[in-house]
Amino acid sequence: MTTVVFPGRYESLAKIGEFVRRVATNAGFDSLATYTVETAVDEACSNIIEHAYGGEERGDIECTCNETADKLTIILCDQGEPFNPDEVVEPDLSLSLEDRDNHGLGLFFMRKWMDEIYFEHPTGGGNTVIMVKRKMRTM
Amino acid sequence: MEITITPYKHCDLVKVKGRVDSATAPQLLEALNAKVESGRYKIILDFSELDFISSAGLRVMISIQKICKRYNRGEVVLASVPANIYSALDLAGFTSFFKIYNDVLAAVGSF
Repeated sequence: MTTVVFPGRYESLAKIGEFVRRVATNAGFDSLATYTVETAVDEACSNIIEHAYGGEERGDIECTCNETADKLTIILCDQGEPFNPDEVVEPDLSLSLEDRDNHGLGLFFMRKWMDEIYFEHPTGGGNTVIMVKRKMRTM
Repeated sequence: MEITITPYKHCDLVKVKGRVDSATAPQLLEALNAKVESGRYKIILDFSELDFISSAGLRVMISIQKICKRYNRGEVVLASVPANIYSALDLAGFTSFFKIYNDVLAAVGSF
């Protein structure tokens, strides 16, 4: 289990991406599976900065990666405002270009590309997002 | 992220290299907005050296495509899309909004 704390700013996203990419690659995930994990974590961290903290430099993002024989679990913790994923409307992919809304895609990627995802609100405040990617999954 | 713009007679080639995320998407939006504001609506996005694009980058792509396609004055097309990035575009339903060419030459030839 490895935990790294990153400052809650958009510049951190590249470093967070590098960190989870290395963990996923070492865990044996192929290029696409690694990309899906990097995407889910990037989207979750962008949401933390934008929605939980309401901007940059308001708090940290704690990223924990835990690899076991059959899966990789990534836990992201913040101290921001509670985030309710149910309030985010899923994008309607059947819409035309003109009618297509530009939001909701981040959460959509997280849900589609990870095998399990949980949003928790710890008693001490903030948010915890737990995402699981199983090994040997056929994409 | 690095952006290199090469103007052609009938279109502009915009090469996007590296990582487009919430930190860098505003720069991409600024570069593409500058193109459309100067009246250039035929744009090729060369993704051959693009490593990563998040939903923030996809939002930039779709808003510029809406502007370019208005009044049938042009469009944004994609060239040399890496497999992982194609998977993201496909999942988001973007492959129907953008023509995708195998290389820049074919994309330039389409205009």
